[in-house]
Amino acid sequence: MANVSRMAANQKTMSAKPGLAFLRAYGGILAGLLVLVLFFSLFSPHFLKVNNLLNIVLQVSIIAISAFGMTFALIIGGIDLSIGSTIALSGTAAALLLQHNVPFLPAILIVLAIGVLLGAFNGVLISKLHIPAFIVTVATMGIYRGIAYITTDGVPVAIQNQAFLELGNGSIAGIHIPILILLLLFVINHVILSKTKFGRRAYITGGNEEAAVYAGINVSRLKIGVYVITSVMATISGLILASRLFSAQPNAASGYELDAIAAAVLGGTSLSGGSGKILGTLIGAIIIGVINNGMNLMNVPYFYQLIVKGVVILIAVYVDVKNKKRLT
Amino acid sequence: MAEEIILELKNIKKSFGSVTALSGVQLQIKKGQVHTLLGENGAGKSTLMKIISGVHQPDEGEILFKGERIRLATPKDAQMRGISIIYQELSLCPNLSIAENIFANREPMTGWFINDRQMNRAAQELLAQIELDLPPTTPVKALSISQKQMVEIAKALSLQSEVIIMDEPTSALSSRETEVLFRIIDKLKAKGVAIIYISHRMDELLRISDEITVMRDGSYIGTVKKSEADINGLIRMMVGRELKDIYPKRSYDIGPDTLLEVKGFTKQGLFDNINLHLKKGEILGIFGLMGAGRSDVAKAIFGITPPDSGTMTIKGKPVTITRPQDAISQKIAFITESRREQGLVISDTVKRNISMVSIDNLLSRLGLISDKKESDVARKAVAALQIKTAGIDQTVNQLSGGNQQKIVLAKWLETQPDILILDEPTRGIDIGSKNEIYRLMRKLASEGVGIIMISSELSEVLFMSDRMLIMRDKKIVKELDPSATTQDEVMLYATGGK
Repeated sequence: MANVSRMAANQKTMSAKPGLAFLRAYGGILAGLLVLVLFFSLFSPHFLKVNNLLNIVLQVSIIAISAFGMTFALIIGGIDLSIGSTIALSGTAAALLLQHNVPFLPAILIVLAIGVLLGAFNGVLISKLHIPAFIVTVATMGIYRGIAYITTDGVPVAIQNQAFLELGNGSIAGIHIPILILLLLFVINHVILSKTKFGRRAYITGGNEEAAVYAGINVSRLKIGVYVITSVMATISGLILASRLFSAQPNAASGYELDAIAAAVLGGTSLSGGSGKILGTLIGAIIIGVINNGMNLMNVPYFYQLIVKGVVILIAVYVDVKNKKRLT
Repeated sequence: MAEEIILELKNIKKSFGSVTALSGVQLQIKKGQVHTLLGENGAGKSTLMKIISGVHQPDEGEILFKGERIRLATPKDAQMRGISIIYQELSLCPNLSIAENIFANREPMTGWFINDRQMNRAAQELLAQIELDLPPTTPVKALSISQKQMVEIAKALSLQSEVIIMDEPTSALSSRETEVLFRIIDKLKAKGVAIIYISHRMDELLRISDEITVMRDGSYIGTVKKSEADINGLIRMMVGRELKDIYPKRSYDIGPDTLLEVKGFTKQGLFDNINLHLKKGEILGIFGLMGAGRSDVAKAIFGITPPDSGTMTIKGKPVTITRPQDAISQKIAFITESRREQGLVISDTVKRNISMVSIDNLLSRLGLISDKKESDVARKAVAALQIKTAGIDQTVNQLSGGNQQKIVLAKWLETQPDILILDEPTRGIDIGSKNEIYRLMRKLASEGVGIIMISSELSEVLFMSDRMLIMRDKKIVKELDPSATTQDEVMLYATGGK
């Protein structure tokens, strides 16, 4: 009994210091980020310049937003490998709509609706036909990419619509619009995951799907919702990317799904489902952005960059696996 | 006859974190004898067996094998010494053949290739020894549970095992299959193999054991020879208290109102023409052997696997339940037999497990989850059910079975159910928690909750239920008054002897 009350006392001190919990959760990854920043600032004089840092955040916004979506899919124990294709498809859809003189706002809304459809298609195949998410999204990765190529005849589509170009290149009150979108989506997704019934059900389903069924959760509806969110986040990334490139390219963003998974996993999301936080994913995306940017500044060839990123992910996951083992 | 001690454990101690699993346990296993380990769930039997089979290492104490002090660092070490364990949940690969399973990872080779012919011939010989008349090429998934168990025994024999541990081997067997198993055990004994047998079935363990060691709460209580053993003495050693201290008596009257009525529930292959009713404040026990269809009826009532035909009324109104959501809105709660599989998100916190079903009641005005409400509810539940946890943010995988079960109960009690279905409510939990759960059941029943308790623990059904139904072969075969029946009579109906 004494033991229990001592533990209870312990508990009080634990919950009284949220900062400590934050450090425990993200201390390791933040230390890693710090090491990377120090490293790159030593080896590249341009790294710490304001312009470059802004540039990093701009680059990060595209990875981070699609990684937010990926976090949802991973939390329910799923995965979405089609988001790279979705990013490309949403860009080409927007460019084609604008080319046919559809005004800015309707064009954006139509593209978002396409994003909903693409995600719902993934979700229905996964939850209603019970095809594994990995298989479904590998298949739709090909299908969505194919549609992007067919609709553009495989060539980039230039974008001239001013409002659309503002999306990726403009700024409000001195802050770049993609960063504002990133912050807005960070808050929205964070609230969805940590404060809504939907988010809670996602964690329960990913933690133990059978228990979720017994708890009266409509698991298939939930899964469709999750894949819609994943796809819509990718769609928004695609709009920003197309705007920043002044054109939509059907071969854009291939491999972005892996960056998104890496960002989420670096940020502590478990591939086996049930855990993950938007804040962690944001930090993970910043790390990937920093690595990309720093290596570019150091003139590391792209092929070597791929290897470095792979190694970083392996290290991060290894540390995560080890920590989990220690806990159990 | 000189009795040769093959395996001896002295003063074994083992803790997991702050939980003491074993505190000074001893055991002497003799060649060619059956040594039964008896104890309640949570007494430490499994931990002890895991130490003998090399899964866990003791913190203190020593293991002597044929007089020599040994260390078993891995299951492989134990296997090499000739100690095999046959787990309750068998560990065979369903898609591989019998022979492939027996020789998994030890296949006879010709050069770089597996010599299938030699492997199958060797498997055939082993199968003949244990009277399993099947071609060794049969895939394991085509076998019955008892046949799979025989394959495990054949595997143990192929390893030249001198000690075979059997963890509740008869829990899934019919009485005929049990007879076959006992005959094999006799043969193994004659060959000089020592068997460590784990079971709570008094009748069978008195039949086949040479010696019985009783454990309780991680401690060694004593060892008795079969000739000196009697059931009452063993129960007292095992439980450490009198029966009346475990099962609280009813101190209230059961109301006349019928809560639930099920008529003609049938589902092909699972259950057949089930009729039952439950009154307000009543505890209805459903007893049956494994596979009798008890849990399937509960799953049907709860909407997991709706019946093909039949009707259900709740408080006199006809209802259709095809999904758990429907059942929950009818104020039914279902605590399943596997809390890890269906009850808990094991890696999540106490708080979030408790609020799992009742999250709708814990929202702020904005429709978002209120951390304050959620925490308050969790703290109250932890206090009310005396859940031993470091706090509501502790993850549930660090708690004991009893406390995990209380969390599942807390989760469902938050929905304020009228009808509570408990499937094996005290499986795998210690005697203290058992008693607390029984008292909670009495309290809920006294407040008007109707409880259906499914159990294969006969004493629990006899002492806790107000009325009992016996299921056999997917049917309800008998209704009995628990206060006017005997264990023998119940078993006769359950096994088909009557």
